[in-house]
Amino acid sequence: MAIITRRGLIQSAGMAALASPFINKGGWAADETLKVGYIYLGPIGDFGWTWAHEKGRKEMVAAMGGKVTADYVENVNEDQSATPVIRDLAKSGHKLIFTTSFGYMDQTLEVAKEFPDVRFEHATGFKRADNVATYNNRFYQARAAMGVISGMMTKTKTIGYLGSFKVPEVVQGVNAYALAAQSVDPSIKVKLVMIDSWFDPAKEAAAAETLTNLGCDVVTTHTDSPAALQVLEKKKLYGFGQGADMSRFAPHACLTSIEDIWSPYYISRAKAVLDGSWKSGDTWWGVKEGSVKISPFNKALPAPVAAAADKVMKGWADGSYNVFTGPISDQSGKERFAKGAVMEDKDLGPIDWYVKGVEG
Amino acid sequence: MTLDQLILAFITVVNISTPILLAATGELVVEKSGVLNLGVEGMMLCGAIAGFAVTFVAGDPSYADSAPWLAAAAPWLGVAAAALAGLLASLLFGFMTLTLGANQVATGLALVIFGTGISSLIGTAYVGIAIQSFDSVFPDALVNDPIGKLFFSYSPLVYFALLMVAAVGFFLNKTRAGLVLRAVGENDLSAHSIGYSVIGVRYLAVMFGGAMSGIAGAYFSMVITPLWAEKMTAGRGWIALALVVFAGWRSGRLLGGAYFFGLFMTLELYAKASGFSFLPSQFWASMPYLMAIIVLAAISARGRGGSEAPACLGKPFIPDA
Amino acid sequence: MRIWLEKRQAPSNVMQALTPVGAVLMTMIVGALIFWAIGYDGPRAVWDIFFTPILASYKWPDVATKAAPLILIALGLCLGNRAKIWNIGAEGQYVLGALGGASVAKYTQGATGGWIVPLMIVVGMAAGAAWAGIAAFLRNRFRVNEILSSLMLVYVALQLLNYLVTGPLKDPNGQNFPQTAPFTAAQRLPHDWFGWPFPPGLYLAFALALVFWLVMARSEYGLGIRIVGDAPRAARYGGYSQAGAVWSTLTISGAMAGLAGVLEAMTQSGQLNLGFPSGYGFTAIIVSFLGRLHPIGVVLAGLVLAISYVGGQVAQTTVHVPSATAGIFQGMMLFFILASDVLVRRRVRIEWGGAAKSAGSRA
Repeated sequence: MAIITRRGLIQSAGMAALASPFINKGGWAADETLKVGYIYLGPIGDFGWTWAHEKGRKEMVAAMGGKVTADYVENVNEDQSATPVIRDLAKSGHKLIFTTSFGYMDQTLEVAKEFPDVRFEHATGFKRADNVATYNNRFYQARAAMGVISGMMTKTKTIGYLGSFKVPEVVQGVNAYALAAQSVDPSIKVKLVMIDSWFDPAKEAAAAETLTNLGCDVVTTHTDSPAALQVLEKKKLYGFGQGADMSRFAPHACLTSIEDIWSPYYISRAKAVLDGSWKSGDTWWGVKEGSVKISPFNKALPAPVAAAADKVMKGWADGSYNVFTGPISDQSGKERFAKGAVMEDKDLGPIDWYVKGVEG
Repeated sequence: MTLDQLILAFITVVNISTPILLAATGELVVEKSGVLNLGVEGMMLCGAIAGFAVTFVAGDPSYADSAPWLAAAAPWLGVAAAALAGLLASLLFGFMTLTLGANQVATGLALVIFGTGISSLIGTAYVGIAIQSFDSVFPDALVNDPIGKLFFSYSPLVYFALLMVAAVGFFLNKTRAGLVLRAVGENDLSAHSIGYSVIGVRYLAVMFGGAMSGIAGAYFSMVITPLWAEKMTAGRGWIALALVVFAGWRSGRLLGGAYFFGLFMTLELYAKASGFSFLPSQFWASMPYLMAIIVLAAISARGRGGSEAPACLGKPFIPDA
Repeated sequence: MRIWLEKRQAPSNVMQALTPVGAVLMTMIVGALIFWAIGYDGPRAVWDIFFTPILASYKWPDVATKAAPLILIALGLCLGNRAKIWNIGAEGQYVLGALGGASVAKYTQGATGGWIVPLMIVVGMAAGAAWAGIAAFLRNRFRVNEILSSLMLVYVALQLLNYLVTGPLKDPNGQNFPQTAPFTAAQRLPHDWFGWPFPPGLYLAFALALVFWLVMARSEYGLGIRIVGDAPRAARYGGYSQAGAVWSTLTISGAMAGLAGVLEAMTQSGQLNLGFPSGYGFTAIIVSFLGRLHPIGVVLAGLVLAISYVGGQVAQTTVHVPSATAGIFQGMMLFFILASDVLVRRRVRIEWGGAAKSAGSRA
């Protein structure tokens, strides 16, 4: 067997492969240092989804001292080409691998079958195995805070939501946003546009412009580029950043941003592997566990609004606030949850319907 | 819809249509000379990154002391850089097809792939950076005026596009040089025998097309969304190519066609935002392309015994000498 | 001293075979220089892109997986390209093929039997052929340029995929994510065949390449296609209908693209989602040109391009080049081969003031 050096991931795999074409799966001697691998959908400089994961990765390595090293591969497409990349990570000694986007689901499972002693963690997915866990983030909790802010800042009583695909994560966000805004003023309407992409700056800008043309004066985005914020800045309206603090792109328009904080989860999982307690399962953390936060408010945000948003975030943290508390009706007017009833994870997980007041 | 909403919608349509118009105007000249350059998408991306990078570098605050004019000139320098980048990309195409006689369809496709890759490579250093949007140069009072914004709120590139459409129309139809170019496109052997340099004229046309495509790309990275993202033109280059055929290779119809396309793209978003669920949203998203096909069919079917395309379109020039 | 290009009497066969090799070599050299100039380890990048996938046998299945659809699609394309009929919409036909297969899968969910897989393949091929047929119809009936119509149809096909996986074909147990139900065992094909970890598409590609070669070189049909492409006026006199060529080449290439799509769905992913389209339809265009529109050349070119994809990923992890690198190399290869085309048709002549001397007389 070739000796594994620390030089680079395919290098070691490649050299081993050249020396012995058929690598013995799982034949490494247990090392004190845990090698962790990451695959990213976009570039680490995207200041959005991938950037947040990369930040989490760096913080994890720093927090774990010398016990953990981590490598990453960026710009991995969510198609078949992801499989060889995951496989290379597994082959070259990475014992804990994070696949950070929904579209890697089947590829992760496929490689996991070949490497039973490697642990895989798939973000935002729902298929698991003995060595494949899933994890997600309660982004909607921050959207509720944004809904409250929007509700208090809107003058037209119409706010906008720029979405990507009609997947549960986005639907949760839309509903949380709408319900929170309606808690400030029940007459508020949310206009929704799905652009069928996570990242298409020109289309995001056009969609944001359409929303503002139709009367929205606050728009939140679920897509990954700051394009919409730039449009809002030009029109002197308000909006929110996604995934990271986007205030640099829109100093006046950006009231706050959702920040994905992945390091608490990454640290806990790395620890679990090292002390042997790692188990598969589904983890869905939020404000309470420190996985979601909102960036410092725009200086121009009025104090009462900031206070209300802070109250929402604190409420999530100590359990005293849940935006998904009934009465909740859907777009057709039918009441789905009675007064006082709380939507549970099993209702939220696969949700595909919007609440009343959402248009589009 | 109120008047104000109509005006806003119109402005959105103009914004979406302008880059397509810019690229199509350039490609019109190219095709009129008998060359089919499919590489528009690649040239646009080269222009987008060049424009963005130069604007960013020129607008760097550290130059404010030594060269205070640089900050104001930055976007103009960016546009010039974008035009140059597009031109250089088109020269690669021109050399291969005009001097070496390579297949134009394949070379154009190669340019798309290569241009996309090179722009992504150069652009890696510019992800996550913001620049000032290349906005209207008119005074704020006009830009914000409810009726005035219809005319004055656009980026200079919008007016440039309109100007170029008119200029190209005038050039092709009313000048001798334009006549030569059209002759080269209709019957290259005759033009050659009269003494015109077919290859030379085509080179110039290709370079013009490249520059226009480059500027079209810059519209994305400097006006619509002042940031850089890989492949940010998202297929608009191909729509520009369709637009030339749409317009029957006539510059006057280019303008109408561009806004027609822009209208349908905007319609898709409005339909979604208004919750117009009568038809699935994907139908609306396909509308621009379906309309393109329908209009292409309607336009190509007429015309005496064939399309109105320049007779030598796509054929390499092979003098008997 | 004068240098000019002189037309050869007949295209040089030696050059035909040498130029693709030369193109790849030039790409390696120029590519290494470009990346070195930007600050990456250029030679290492080129090594990883072109040689590591060949030398590291654990990468061969990845190469085969990528090569199979590329070759299948490109075989169909080179038929049309020979007739100067340009199918740019293979990506859309590929998606339609997979959608056809997925539709059959939905209706045969609980069924078993060896007839399911062939049915899926046939329906997939028919769907791809029909999609291309739209472009053929538009060209024959309305004189619409097939480049534009087939390309516009790609975007429509992507929207159709979107609609179907979020609606009628959506997996009822899929937590409302936009994807079809996973194909059952009776609806899938194994990854490994004949003891080797290569997908069935690869063997099919080799077999069909021979078929295409025979048809194009030896059959009346193949002759007609070549005449339509090289001498359209002569074709008319000879009774070879251009409209007929448009129909047959577009539907055949559509069927091949559909075949590639449905096979990919059945052997690799086992279900359809929005990430399914991988750009094979566009890359196959490069493959058909790199392969000089010859079926055997297409097989070799498909392998080279697959290697460059797999190698591009390797280079990302070792040399940290961006993901756009593979595209840059592929574009370069196409440029070099198109440029070197000229050496096939023309000969370089150099005249040293005085007696004319032909330099580098090539066979």
